[in-house]
Amino acid sequence: MSDVSFESGDGELMKVNMGPQHPSTHGVLRLELELDGEIVRSCNPVIGYLHTGMEKTIEQLTYVQAVTITDRMDYLNPLGNNLAYSLSVEQLFGCEIPERAQVGRVLLAELTRINSHLVSIGSGSIDLGVTSVFLYCLREREKVLALFEELTGQRMMSSYIRPGGLAWDMDETWCKHARAFVDEMPRHIDEYEGIVTDNPFFRERTIGIGPLKADDAIRLGVSGPLLRAAGVPHDLRKVHPYTGYERFEFKVVTDDAGDCYGRYKVRVGELRESVKICDQALKLLERVTGPVKTADRKVMPPPKSELATSMESLIHHFKLFTEGMRPPAGQAYCPVESPRGELGYLVVSDGSGKPARVRARTPSFANLQAIELMSKGQLVADLVAIIASIDPVMGDVDR
Amino acid sequence: MSWLFQTELFGFTLANWLYFVVLCLGFIAVLLGGVAYTTLFERRVISLMQVRRGPNRAGPLGVLQPIADGVKLFFKEDTVPRTADKVLHRLAPAISLFAALAAFAVVPVGDAYLIPGFGTLQLWIADLNVGVLYLLGIASIGVYGIVLGGWSSGNKYSLLGALRGAAQLISYEIVLGMSLVGVVMITGEMSLRGIVQWQAEHQIPLVLLQPVGFVLFVVGMFAETNRAPFDLVEADTELVAGFHTEYSGFRFGMYMMSEYMAMITVSAVATSLFLGGWGGPFGFLPGPWWVVVGVILFLFLFVWVRATIPRLRYDQLMRFSWSWLIPLGLVNLAVTAVLVVLLDS
Repeated sequence: MSDVSFESGDGELMKVNMGPQHPSTHGVLRLELELDGEIVRSCNPVIGYLHTGMEKTIEQLTYVQAVTITDRMDYLNPLGNNLAYSLSVEQLFGCEIPERAQVGRVLLAELTRINSHLVSIGSGSIDLGVTSVFLYCLREREKVLALFEELTGQRMMSSYIRPGGLAWDMDETWCKHARAFVDEMPRHIDEYEGIVTDNPFFRERTIGIGPLKADDAIRLGVSGPLLRAAGVPHDLRKVHPYTGYERFEFKVVTDDAGDCYGRYKVRVGELRESVKICDQALKLLERVTGPVKTADRKVMPPPKSELATSMESLIHHFKLFTEGMRPPAGQAYCPVESPRGELGYLVVSDGSGKPARVRARTPSFANLQAIELMSKGQLVADLVAIIASIDPVMGDVDR
Repeated sequence: MSWLFQTELFGFTLANWLYFVVLCLGFIAVLLGGVAYTTLFERRVISLMQVRRGPNRAGPLGVLQPIADGVKLFFKEDTVPRTADKVLHRLAPAISLFAALAAFAVVPVGDAYLIPGFGTLQLWIADLNVGVLYLLGIASIGVYGIVLGGWSSGNKYSLLGALRGAAQLISYEIVLGMSLVGVVMITGEMSLRGIVQWQAEHQIPLVLLQPVGFVLFVVGMFAETNRAPFDLVEADTELVAGFHTEYSGFRFGMYMMSEYMAMITVSAVATSLFLGGWGGPFGFLPGPWWVVVGVILFLFLFVWVRATIPRLRYDQLMRFSWSWLIPLGLVNLAVTAVLVVLLDS
């Protein structure tokens, strides 16, 4: 493609505002572009259009109430956000999470990853004009959301993973439905790959586009599929396992290309790995029984049956429902691998019933910084592919 | 009534004139109806491919949907941006629609048929002896609609779309032209009616004699009508809506109509040139119906491709044309020329 020159000659740049209302910017992202003909000379992302002060809001809420806010930050990865927040709060308490809850958390986090990657692959294809794959991906995403709805009563903002465990147990019917989905998913992934992966038009549009080298990615704090597509096998589930990921078998998918096509390949590979993890988790759930809430009464309320017989339980119950949980003063940060990269909540406690400060380290925000580097010298048409390959969620960026 | 046959205007009797006006209006009416139902056809077929339902509320199977859309477009406010060139902005969609309609004039849908009690009915408007050149010329005029529309809007996205449109259509017109030259060399005719008659006489569709030319023509017609994967001028994810970003109401509708009209026209041309036109079915179907079937097949191809193939980038599109299609066209011409001379002698 280098044999075609796009130099306009006079060097006069045209300023174009792409977004915040633009069909392909994945939410209210605004890009200030300087164009030379169709070449991007500079690309300055302007964010903040979805800023709703979520971190500040959390300071007004109890630790349990705050879970509902984390759902809404990255709306494609609600359960993953619940998980990251819960892990940090649990670190403050130092409480033990029962095994069944841990397996359930892995299962739900991976279902959420499937959900998120499906949207990413689908919207990435529609941005390049393959409309059908988008709808096929959303068809399967709908099944994931139906599973969430069946289990939690909510399709997206379920707040099902909470500090101390899960909201309630997963019953057998649900596991059967989840099993059916996990079994059919590999066939659907083949379907998407059949249309997209070897499509010469798609390859032409993505190979070599939006290059990001490993050292640049690390320097910019980029993580997730973007970093792995640059050849760095960094996956927190492997390098810093949490909530029992060490007992699951999966590969860290990497690609050496560091371009949009590599990122697409990494996401598809991760879809397959996630399906494998879900499969293992469902098998484990059949064997592992027990509670899904921690026995630590400072975190989770006692079961209703104890209230009539135990004075201590009654006090715990009363304290939890009037003041909420009160972690010891201190701070905790426990990052997880969200579909977009490293996601962590720094939770600062002053010993009261409400967090003194919650700071979210969101992957979309860090990844978006790389857009300027990736898009310089590329064409406007490629910018669409690049944004799609970053897969930013504006709720995650602006918070 | 005899004055109708006696008064002459520009060498034709008034009856002749009346006949032509009615014929043209008939063609336009059928075409516009066709355009309306092509939109429905596209939406329904693409929904079936994409596990959706498509418009199915207005009337049984959604047959009233195009009417609802038309009425809606007609009553929408027609806005002209303050920064626009008012005259050109208003004129441009009309140019597009005019070109799309005018191109159909030389396409023969059928032969002349004798209808008892009426006379003969001819199913073509004009039998130009340079019909092929006329088609290419009109196609070039159609580009003005896009370029002027995009440029006069005073919108940067529109401008980018218009520039792409100009570059794309220039490259692909050459491809289109080359694919036609092969046909002209074999048949020795430049009138579309003549080419169809040649195929009927020889009982062979030209797609068998000009397979490469056919492929080139099909690729060229996707580019000529700005359909996916060559829909760069209105690349919705990059340029919002490209050259027609600033259009609304019925002027927007005119662009849509001209796009679908162009699809029907090139499908009909492809049917005539390569599939035998009305002489084509070789006994299975009455001629005009064969043309209709051909057009529907090509429209289906348009929809199918749109559902499957990503949009090309503007430089890739140009490179595809200049380094693959045009050399291929030249080779095809050379081979055809040699064969025609050898077989003739």
